[in-house]
Amino acid sequence: MKNEDLIPIELLCTHYKIEYSFIESLNEIGLVEVTKVEKAPYIEKEHLSEVEHLMRLHRDLGLNLEGVEAVAYLLKRIEELKHEILLLKNKADH
Amino acid sequence: MEFVDYYKILELDKNATQADIKKAYRKLARKYHPDLNPNDTTMKKKFQQINEANEVLSDPEKRKKFDKYGKDWQHGAEYENANRQHSGGGGGFTQGNRGQGGFSNEEDFSDFFESMFGGGGSPFGGSRSNVRYKGQDLNAELKLDIKDVYKTQKQTLTINGKQIRLTIPAGVENGQTIKISGHGGEGRNNGPNGDLYITFLISNSTRFRREGNNLYTTAELDIYTAVLGGEVMVETFDGKVKLNVPPETQNGTKIKLKGKGFPVYKQEGMFGDLYITYQIKIPTKLSEKEKELFKELSKLHKHEK
Repeated sequence: MKNEDLIPIELLCTHYKIEYSFIESLNEIGLVEVTKVEKAPYIEKEHLSEVEHLMRLHRDLGLNLEGVEAVAYLLKRIEELKHEILLLKNKADH
Repeated sequence: MEFVDYYKILELDKNATQADIKKAYRKLARKYHPDLNPNDTTMKKKFQQINEANEVLSDPEKRKKFDKYGKDWQHGAEYENANRQHSGGGGGFTQGNRGQGGFSNEEDFSDFFESMFGGGGSPFGGSRSNVRYKGQDLNAELKLDIKDVYKTQKQTLTINGKQIRLTIPAGVENGQTIKISGHGGEGRNNGPNGDLYITFLISNSTRFRREGNNLYTTAELDIYTAVLGGEVMVETFDGKVKLNVPPETQNGTKIKLKGKGFPVYKQEGMFGDLYITYQIKIPTKLSEKEKELFKELSKLHKHEK
C-alpha cells in the first residue's frame, strides 16, 4: 500500500467536522475499514466514496449509527434487487 | 438569474421557526437525498435546492438578509459590497455546508445564492481555492457484443480525451454498471480523482439466449435419429460438440450440458450451463418410395393398436 493511497482519519475528521468515534464505530460494525500504519489510523482512498456516503447519511439525514447501519443495509439490498430486476428484464426481453 | 424562493422550496411560510425549518429540511432530505436515490439526477438537483434553502434559512444572518432583500437580491449584493468595503474583510461567508463539498464532488449553489451570499466557504475555513475537491464522477456507456464478454478482455477507451485501459471481466451482464475508481475527473488541489461508472449495453445476435450464466438454444433433429437414436453435432457458444441421442427422443426434449453456458462474472473458470431443446424436423418432399414406407409404418402402427 502506497502512502498516497491512504487518507489520515484525523484529516478526514477535521475536514468533515465529525468525531473520530463515529468512524471508529463504523469500523467496529464493519461498514468502514480502518488501516493502521504505525498506530495512526487511515482509510484507503478507494474507500473514500463509501465513507463519505455514510457520513452524509449521518449528517444530512441526522441518522444515528444504528440508522446509518440500517440504511446502508437496505441500500445494499436495493442494489441487489435492482440487479435481479436487470436479470429478469434481460430474460423478458428475449 | 432567477429569484429562488427558499421558503417555497422547503414548503414553509415566512413565519417558520428554526424547528420548523429543521423538520422540513429533514423530511425533504429523506425524500430527495442523492444517497437514497442513486443514479437519479432529477432527485440530485432537487436535493441541491433543498440544501441551499436550508443553508440560508437555518442561518439567522443569511435568513435575515434573504427576508430583507429576497426578490431584490441585486440590491442585496450592493449592500453586501458596501459592507465589505466598510469592514475591509473577506467576502461571503466562511462557513457553509456545500452539500457534498469538501473532498467530495463540488456542487455549486445557484447563481442566485452565489450572487447574494458569495461563494460557499471551505470546511477548512480557508478560501475556496484551497479546498481539496474530489474530481467529478463520470458516466459512460459501452456497447458490446455478447461475444466480447464471453472472455475477459482489455480495451482501451477514450473518455474525455483521456485513454483508459480497462479490463472487462467475462460474464458482465447487459445493463450492469461497474465502477472504475479514480478514473473520473481530476481532483482539485490534490483532492482524489472522481470515479468512472461504465454501463454495459450488450447486444446478442447469436442463436443463444442468455439468462444470467445459463444459455439456451435449440437443435434440429431429423426424425430418423429421434426415432432410432444416434449421434448429432450441436453448436455450443465456443464450438461444436457431438451428442448421443437416445432412441425415441421426443420433440421438445431439453438436455443440459453442464459448464457449457456463459462465464460467471468475476469467478474465473466457472461457467453456467447450456440447455438445448431438440426440435424434430419432419421430412418434406417425400419420394413415392418414402411415402409408401411411411404408409406401411402407419398401417403397422394401427394394427398394433
